This record gives sequence, C-alpha cells and structure tokens, in this order.
Amino acid sequence: MEPFIRLTAVAAPLLTPNINTDVLIRVEPMIKVPKGKLGPYCFEAWRYLPDRSENPDFILNKPAYRSAKILLAGLNFGCGSSREPAVWALADMGFRCIIAPGFGDIFFNNCFQSGMLPIVMPVETVEKLAKLAQSQGDLAPDFTVDLERQVIVTPSGEDIAFRIDALKRRALLDGLDDIGVTLAAKAKIDAFQANDLAQRPWIYRY
Amino acid sequence: MAASTLFEKIWTSHVISDLGDGFALLHVDRHILHDLNAMKSLVELRERGYAVRNPELTIATPDHGVSTLPGRNIDTVPEGAALLRGYLEETRRAGIRSFDMNEDGQGIVHVIGPELGLTQPGTLFVCGDSHTCTHGGLGALGFGTGRSEVIHVLATQSIYQKKPKQMRINFNGTPGKGVTAKDLILYLIGQIGADGGNGHAVEYAGSAINAMSVEGRLTICNLSIEFGAKVGMIGPDDTAYDYLHGRRFSPAGANWDRAIAHWKTLPTDAGAKFDREIDVNVANVGPQITWGTSPQHVISVNDVVPDPATAGDAARRDAMNGALDYMGLTPGQPIAGTPIDWVFIGSCTNSRISDLREAGAIARGRKVKPGVSAWVVPGSQQVKQQAEAEGLHEVFKQAGFEWREPGCSMCLAANGELMPRGQRSVSTTNRNFEGRQGPGARTHLASPSMAAAAAIEGAITDVRKMMV
Repeated sequence: MEPFIRLTAVAAPLLTPNINTDVLIRVEPMIKVPKGKLGPYCFEAWRYLPDRSENPDFILNKPAYRSAKILLAGLNFGCGSSREPAVWALADMGFRCIIAPGFGDIFFNNCFQSGMLPIVMPVETVEKLAKLAQSQGDLAPDFTVDLERQVIVTPSGEDIAFRIDALKRRALLDGLDDIGVTLAAKAKIDAFQANDLAQRPWIYRY
Repeated sequence: MAASTLFEKIWTSHVISDLGDGFALLHVDRHILHDLNAMKSLVELRERGYAVRNPELTIATPDHGVSTLPGRNIDTVPEGAALLRGYLEETRRAGIRSFDMNEDGQGIVHVIGPELGLTQPGTLFVCGDSHTCTHGGLGALGFGTGRSEVIHVLATQSIYQKKPKQMRINFNGTPGKGVTAKDLILYLIGQIGADGGNGHAVEYAGSAINAMSVEGRLTICNLSIEFGAKVGMIGPDDTAYDYLHGRRFSPAGANWDRAIAHWKTLPTDAGAKFDREIDVNVANVGPQITWGTSPQHVISVNDVVPDPATAGDAARRDAMNGALDYMGLTPGQPIAGTPIDWVFIGSCTNSRISDLREAGAIARGRKVKPGVSAWVVPGSQQVKQQAEAEGLHEVFKQAGFEWREPGCSMCLAANGELMPRGQRSVSTTNRNFEGRQGPGARTHLASPSMAAAAAIEGAITDVRKMMV
C-alpha cells in the first residue's frame, strides 16, 4: 500500500450530507472497470449531464478544484454499501484525504486499506475549512495535511490538530501489508482455533 | 463478573490478540463470498502469495450478478458471464463450498446463511457486503467488510476491528394492523437519521422484538447499516433455537445440546450498560414509505411530503431539495396516490417466505394495475420451493406479477435488471439512493404488503384499506 505521510494540495468543498458509496461509484463500472481506472466514474450521476457532457455546476468540475487532492465533505460521508471501489474511485480521481464530520463505518475502514486518510473534524471546523477553500476565479488555495504531526495547515499557516488511532496512523505512514503482519503471529491464530475447537466443535465440523 | 452485553460476550470470546486502544484481532467463524467479490479476492490473494487458511469456514454463492430470469444460465447476462465463470473456477480451486446458480441452497447470502443454519448465535460472521448485519437476527455478530478485509479474512481467518460503542433500541408494544418489522425499522431510521448509529453496535430488545419471528428479526437487523450501525443484533431465545433446530448445517445430536447450553449464556445480562438507549412505542407506528434518496427520508403512508424549509441547516435543506428534485415530488403533496411504474418484492431485506406470504395475501384474487411491472424475486432456492409448495407462485402469477429466480436483482441492479430513467418503484429493498435501481430511477422503500398494494393500485397506497 502507498504510504501517506504529508500532502499539500487544493481542498474541494462538497458538504452535502449522507453521500453514499453508490453515488461514489455505481455498481456497473464497479464490476466492469479495473482499479486504477475508476476516476471518470466517481460521482458519475452528478458530474455528467444525461448526454454525458460535463455538468459545469458540479463543484469538482470547476477549474479551481480539478487538481484537488483533499475533499471537504459532509456528515456521514461514504454511508451505504461496503464497496471498497468507492475509495478506489476517489483515489483514481486524485483524492488522498477526506475531511468530514463523520463517515460510514465500513467506508472509514476501507480508506485505511487504500492509503486514503479519512479525518473526522467537528462540523464547525469543516465549515471553516470550506470557507478558507473558496476559490478566487480559477484558483483555490493549498492546504497541507501532515500525518506525522497530525495537523492540517491552512492557507494562512494556522495549524489545526487532528487525531488518528495510533495503529491506523502507523500503518498509513509505513504503508504496511496487514496480512503479512497478521501471519507473522500465525501461532496465535492456531492456538485460538485449537482451544475454540474444544469449546465449540460445531463451529468447525458441520 | 460484571453484567455484560450480548455484543461484549461475543466480541471478548473472539479476541485472538488485544492490540490496545480498543483494537483487537478477532476470529472469524463464518465467511461468505459472493459472485461480485469471490473471483477478484481469490485471485489477488493468490497473486500476493497467500492461500485460504480455512476453506471449511468459508462458503460461497452467486447472488448479486446472476440473472433472475426463469430458465437462466450462466450466459443469460452476457456481461456477467466472465465474473460467474471466474467465481466457479476460483471457489473450486480454493476448495470453498459453493451453492451454485441453480443448485439447492443458492440464494442471497443473507437469506441462505440463516436458512441453512450456517448463521448461529454467538458466531462472528463476515461478508464483503454491508447487509451482513442481518445475521444478528439470530444472535450472531455479523458485519460487512471491504475487499481488502475480505482478502485478509481469507488469508488469516481473522479481522482487525476497533470496538464500537453500544446502543440498545427497545421496541415496546404491539404493532398495529399492516405494520411489519420493515415499518418499525424504517420508522426508527426516520427518527434517528442515517448516521444515528455510526460507530455503534446495536442491540434490539423489547416486547415487540420478543414476540417477533426470526424472519422479522432478520429484517430489523438488516437495516441497521441504513442508520450507520455496522452491527445489529438480537439476543437468542427459544424462537431462535426453534428456528435453527434441524436445519442443514445446524449443530446436531450431542453438539445441539452443547450449542444450546452455550447460546443460553449469550443474552445481555440484567444491568448491563449501553452508551445509548432508545425506546420506541410501536403502537405509534403506521405503514412507512420513503419519499427521498436516503432511508431517513421516510414518512407514514398517510403523511405529506415534507418541506425542506423545515430543515435545520442549509446543507440539509439543499440535500432535501436535491432529493425532491430527483424524486419528482413537491413539498406538501400527500405521498399516497403517487403513481408508480414498478414494484419489486425481493432483496436480503424482504424476500423470505413470510414476506412472500404477506405480499401474497394482498395479491390474492386481485390484479396488478395495467402498465405496472411487478416482480417477485424469492431470496433463495429454498424460499422459492416453499412458496411454490404453498401455491404462492400461482397467486402472484394470476395477479400479473412475474415470478422469478433467486438473487439480488433490482435491489442494486448489478445484473442488468434495472428500471428505466425517470420511472418510479415501490421496492421492499433497503436503499432508495440515487441511481441504485438504475440511473435516474426513483425508489420508494416499503414493506412487502405495501409493495403488493402499490402494484394493485398502480400508486402508493395504504395497505390497510386492502386488509380484512
């Protein structure tokens, strides 16, 4: 997995609450399009008009935000389906970090698996960041997200602290392969199953 | 020992290692693969140099991508054929038991788990599907995972999780006429919002749950994820044990007695603490129908479409306006009487035999309104066989419904079965999201009997008018 250490980029504000993973990636491209090429299908229903031309009113189509790598999102971002391609689609579109007042629990977990940093911030903070992210013409300001220091640096240089669970933070910083880590302690799983088999034989032999 | 909850007991007994900070590596007792994730997960596992650790604890069935057309085969949906062939090849190669397309046992993952007795109280049950919370209806700890976690489970039979907070929801009282498990849980979602359960494992309790069938409990738990709770569960009791007794993979003989003794230790102890507790008086709940594009956009069938002006803040108001625009509805209009084009009865929420009986009771002796396409998609081969033994398929067919093969079908339209842009459905499914049943398709969620009533009337209607 690609490590996440520090990122400086434009932040796009899209504060609609309850954006679900079906909106992030519809089921059809999720099945047909490989990881790495999902970008054009992210937010498909909102990004394009029915004739497939770009919807100029959609925030991520505006010139100022086309290079955004940070998404400022609303309540319960990524609710719904467990589809991990929702994270891949955002990543393929260029995003590496999402800042929101809350996330769908499964989506939140999936982010860490794909090198995407999800940051939970109070709604007032996200709204403040969204104001700071406003564009002037075709230009929007850069923010820095520093996972090492656990701060967001605003365009004016103010540090805003955030917190990521130590275990998840380490894994992102190091880009760990968690299967390798788990199998290094395979004896623990063996021991658990041997003991459990004696307690609950019906789980293992059925 | 301190009073403990059902969730706490199952969590604790599955900890392989405690990593501190609330994190643990947990043992997975049952893992179900489906056709959308099996091939790609198993191929990636192999390419990364790993093998399936416990194929005997892994089960598979094709459900999401299969056609539900009568007489179907692997090539009925040409775009899905490669996925299904890959599914067959990879599950066989890995030695994983599969219930194949037209084989006994096949069906929607969350329907077959309980009905085959694979889902049991106290089991830790995962699947790469968010509705895995369904299995909590039998007292299992079930939750959905992403693809990476699926691959981790295949390789290690374990999963890393952070312990969630705990919430108990007490449904008290007796539901009124025409009010089903689906209505109770939709009502709750309307009350606490689509993120009301985020970060929580939810336990459902109270007299209405105690009196409810296992199938109703599965429906309740199924919709937990629609208010953000990854886990929903109900303490096992005699109703659960009676349901499981004699099922294909239920414990048998001496193991049955041992299992029962274990299961009886699981329910939440008196005095156990929850981070949050909610009481719902079910007598206040009428038949529910959604009006918008989030399951929290739900009202009673006799209500009017809400006005975004009443929303608390600008973001919510914009979201409500967007939903009304997408759904083609006007604030203040009565929801009843809204004409519909489609009815879909099926999905992991409402495709079990009791659901089909409820819908069948409304369809019996009546006719689907001309111009309405109405489908019944049983949740599994077993449900289909049972329904046919009871003659329900004839009831539906005579009324003008299509009687189809088991699968997820139009719930998420992964198999090409979708609704045309701008058309409107009443569906017994779980998500009214934009584009869920097809780009531009408009979905109203309701119970099976409400869906059947809508098919007859050709419009959203109060099912109670059709009940004797």
